[in-house]
Amino acid sequence: MLRFILRRLLQVIPVFLGTTLLVYYMVFALPGDPIAALFGDRQPPQAVIDTLRSQYHLDEPFWVQYGLFLKNLFTFNLGNDFTGQPIAASLARVFPVTAMLAIEALAIQAIFGVAFGVFAGLRRGGWFDSTVLVASLVVIAVPTFVLGFVFQLVFGVQLGWAKPTVGATANWGTLLLPAVVLGLVSFAYVLRLTRASVSENMNADYVRTATAKGLSRPRVVMGHILRNSLIPVVTYLGANLGALMGGAIVTEGIFNVPGVGNKLYQAVLRSEGPTIVSIVSVLVLVFVVANLLVDLLYAWLDPRIRYDQ
Amino acid sequence: MTSNNSHFVAPVDETPLLATDAVKTDHAPLSLWSDAWRKLRRRPLFIISALLILALVVVALFPGLFSSVPPNDACELGNSEGGPTAGHPFGFTFQGCDIYSRVIHGTQASLSVGILSVLCVLIIGVTFGAVAGYYGGWVDSVLARLGDIFFALPLVLGALVITQLPFFRENKSVWTVVFVISLLAWPQMARITRGAVIEVRNADFVTAAQALGVSKFRALLRHVLPNALAPIIVLATLELGVFIVAEATLSFLGIGLPQSIMSWGNDIAGAQASIRTHPQIMLYPAAALSITVLSFIMLGDAVRDALDPKSRQR
Amino acid sequence: MRFTRTSKALGIVAITALALTGCGAGGGSTDGSSNAAGDPNKVITAYSNEPQNPLLPANTNEVYGGRVVNLLFEGLRSYDANGKAVNALADSIESSDAQNWTIKVKQGQKFTNGEAITAKTFVDSWNFAANSKNLQNNGFFFESIAGYEDVSAVTTSKSADGKTTSTPAPKADTMSGLKATDDSTITVKLAQPEADWSLRLGYSAFYPLPAAALADPKTYGENPVGNGPYKFDKQGSWVHDQSITLVKNPDYNGTRAAKNGGVTFKFYTDPGPAYTDLQSDNLDVTDVLPSNALKTYVNDFPDRNATKAVATDSTLNIPGYNPNFQGEAGKLRRQALSYAINREEIAKVVFNGTRTPAKAFAPPVIDGFKEGIKGSEVLTFDAAKAKDLWAQANKIQPYDDSKPLQIASNTDGGNKEWIDAVANGFKNNLGIQAEIQPFAKFAEVLNLRKTQQLPGLTRAGWQGDYPSLYNFLGPVWATGASSNYEKYSNPEFDKLLKEGLAAKSTDEANAKFNQAQEILFQDLPGLPLWDQARAIVWSNNVVKAETGWNGEILYYGITAK
Repeated sequence: MLRFILRRLLQVIPVFLGTTLLVYYMVFALPGDPIAALFGDRQPPQAVIDTLRSQYHLDEPFWVQYGLFLKNLFTFNLGNDFTGQPIAASLARVFPVTAMLAIEALAIQAIFGVAFGVFAGLRRGGWFDSTVLVASLVVIAVPTFVLGFVFQLVFGVQLGWAKPTVGATANWGTLLLPAVVLGLVSFAYVLRLTRASVSENMNADYVRTATAKGLSRPRVVMGHILRNSLIPVVTYLGANLGALMGGAIVTEGIFNVPGVGNKLYQAVLRSEGPTIVSIVSVLVLVFVVANLLVDLLYAWLDPRIRYDQ
Repeated sequence: MTSNNSHFVAPVDETPLLATDAVKTDHAPLSLWSDAWRKLRRRPLFIISALLILALVVVALFPGLFSSVPPNDACELGNSEGGPTAGHPFGFTFQGCDIYSRVIHGTQASLSVGILSVLCVLIIGVTFGAVAGYYGGWVDSVLARLGDIFFALPLVLGALVITQLPFFRENKSVWTVVFVISLLAWPQMARITRGAVIEVRNADFVTAAQALGVSKFRALLRHVLPNALAPIIVLATLELGVFIVAEATLSFLGIGLPQSIMSWGNDIAGAQASIRTHPQIMLYPAAALSITVLSFIMLGDAVRDALDPKSRQR
Repeated sequence: MRFTRTSKALGIVAITALALTGCGAGGGSTDGSSNAAGDPNKVITAYSNEPQNPLLPANTNEVYGGRVVNLLFEGLRSYDANGKAVNALADSIESSDAQNWTIKVKQGQKFTNGEAITAKTFVDSWNFAANSKNLQNNGFFFESIAGYEDVSAVTTSKSADGKTTSTPAPKADTMSGLKATDDSTITVKLAQPEADWSLRLGYSAFYPLPAAALADPKTYGENPVGNGPYKFDKQGSWVHDQSITLVKNPDYNGTRAAKNGGVTFKFYTDPGPAYTDLQSDNLDVTDVLPSNALKTYVNDFPDRNATKAVATDSTLNIPGYNPNFQGEAGKLRRQALSYAINREEIAKVVFNGTRTPAKAFAPPVIDGFKEGIKGSEVLTFDAAKAKDLWAQANKIQPYDDSKPLQIASNTDGGNKEWIDAVANGFKNNLGIQAEIQPFAKFAEVLNLRKTQQLPGLTRAGWQGDYPSLYNFLGPVWATGASSNYEKYSNPEFDKLLKEGLAAKSTDEANAKFNQAQEILFQDLPGLPLWDQARAIVWSNNVVKAETGWNGEILYYGITAK
């Protein structure tokens, strides 16, 4: 088991190199001069642009730029973004905010998605199942930029239950509304995955055995059906944690959350390679760890699954 | 003659079981799929969803049959956000285009984006996921980490970069959108498939099949995958809708389909301009999208039921 | 560290704001007048975004840094709400020949760190800003002063792959035409006469800088010290990506004295959430409305909104390298396009009156603006004439319709709606295919404009740096000008501009500039579309807000209830 974990952690290295290389190359391939773009319609003297370009090594070939990035990374110096701010400081600002948001959203979708999914799966075709189906359809058919806007208007402005935007006051309370919006989209997935799994496992032999043994219905559901139904759900949630940490660009924009998504979007709009790659580097770690946890959970959920095949 | 009589078992030709035990040698054995098809044909859920999808396909292929108003060439700003009038049952968009006609003509692009993207994601994701989960070891490591690389790629960055590449910028079409979506969405499908396959690969019937001499690869195709389909179908049917909406988000960011190609996504993004004053404009394309997703979800449910004898509804 | 500390500080501000909400709601908006005196010590909150550069006036050339810098500093002149330049730190600005200027500087003025402001302060600051090795974005604002070439000189090297790189290589540290003859007198010699030169002295590039700024601009730019109506609350008042907090400068004695205790600029990456915050009184004032609120803001904020014309215009530029728009046929087609745009209707339906149809190549709020310039009739909507002209053009040279006519624009900032409408107008009135060519990034459009690669038309906009007619013509349409990306060039136009600049009086100059516009109307290198009005809304917590000539909110004049 320890060997398994170690091996997986070692695999971070190629993934990290692959991702950063890909992302760095993509930013490099974006047409246009990012420095000139900083200034919009009113261009500064050409010498200003050229000096900044060489300061950020933008006039170097791709491999030199990428090499410099790696070198800086290993000396724990992420450098400055195009506005002259240290990147490490801005990462330290945005990641805690997005982590709170992601955890809250994940909790919402996991708790409600699984609970609703189990009920819907146990009584397939019943009124609860149908209602939940329609509700999840609405969530899917309406894009986030509409859903977020409506929630903000209704709960933030008209009812006044929550602060409509987050801004500098990011905490568990102010992040609740965006977390609900964010959680709702994946809620539909979690719900339907759980429902499908539960209804499949309901008639499995071990459930009949458990029921025949005289176990109470709740114990059968919780201990046997649910546990055996969770593998696809856990897989999805694990993948989703990574996606949420990557920042929900639309949701963070609507609620003015100073998180990873907003930062990343601004950086992409400015073709700010160093910032983008630094964010992605952190994300790679999150992904690999989340995946590792999911794989470890597999074995716990289903003892037949073994590592080290 | 008596020695023969010590044999007291009834003569074979008297056995009534014979009829049921007989194998019709002139028929091929019912495969998993044909068995499923026989069950499907009789399910109302399947019939309804199939008819709905058929209707959508007809609308997508022949929009002219359902709307006589030219959808894109008669937008009069004077009609902006106008309500329903004779010949224009749903009213007008912000730009003064006929909503009904746009929804009808948008079916083709939206349906294509949804179905093609899901197909691509299924082909790539299920292949990679199944192979990774089933064989494990270094194959799993390589494929799973390859997925991680694409997973860590921020969607907007990927979409922005790809659509800004000169080739894609000059040739924006349904295919470029499908390409972008598939490229960034397949790891999710691969992950789910891998999980489901890992769950099934140690099941008794797989071990039994292999013990009976079924090759490893054949066991994956015939026994493991069909039993791992449930989460794959759920994901695929939901993703169909999500991808159609993703096209809206791409349009919202200015990197979706060009304006000349009508789609529900384009319309939903465009209705954003009226959301404070006339939110119903968004309702029509969103409703069309919901009906599409609903039909595919129902179809997915029916197919899954038919494939999995255990979860048949009683 | 910084994160936790500031979030606490901002939490307090937010709590105050919430407490205020209660008061505001109780007071109602109708009896605002009884409260008009307001509370001069309350801090107001305002919409903004992260400034792109350290806060040095000569380096700040975008709006979000600009609004902070304008509150932190006071220059020789300032612009009143109507765009009239009035003396601020200058006692007098005189010239007999429009080339040699004498500026008398007010005595006894100080920066908030106690440093005295003299004529030498200005001379040092300007030489710093113009010096190419200091890499100030606004350095070229000093280009008229004699000796600017030497101070701003660069060497240009060409690399093996043909790319040219300019490196700063100043030949002098001071501009020969700029001198402080004593503590209170600046003499300026321009390279050639310029009648409206003194108009630009209120622009931020001309603000005075303390010695610390010249010594270490980067550090200074994080915690600037100025002489304006406001100052930084404390070191670190600029919380990156979140806010900047300014407090009243008690020692300020100019015309822009603060009527509130301070201004906190809250950063938003999108105007939508700011609008929502205003609706729930979590923000006090915004000058950027989300495009889908243009029809609702008057109802959402009854008695709490204002709309005022500003010095910003929009054009649709037609690149000369497009074969469809070359020669005699091209000229007719450009006119046809202009006639095919229903500016009135788009201004009404899409912008709900926050734009007014253009009447010239400069907005009406600018001094010297003239309506009915010869050729300006192309700005009226006339479908029949458009069709006719288009047909005539096709007789001379057939139109290449293998690709739809594209209008390039970034899609953020609410441009898509009006471009769709213009494209539909082309389709309906000219019978051609037309559509938006959307870009997610403004940079992308700019790059393609610079490299002359856009296949179709492009949107362009110009916001005046300082209120002068020349500022709307020279930098945009003169041959080789900094923002003339489509590379329009007409020697006759250049000549008239030059004559206008050299004129002895502003009136004479404006007459020349308007004559120059006649040439633009003949050539139509771009189609004037509309002039902007700035719509602002404010919360129940403040009495009233106003905008200045360039659309910037006069933050210092806002009183909290």
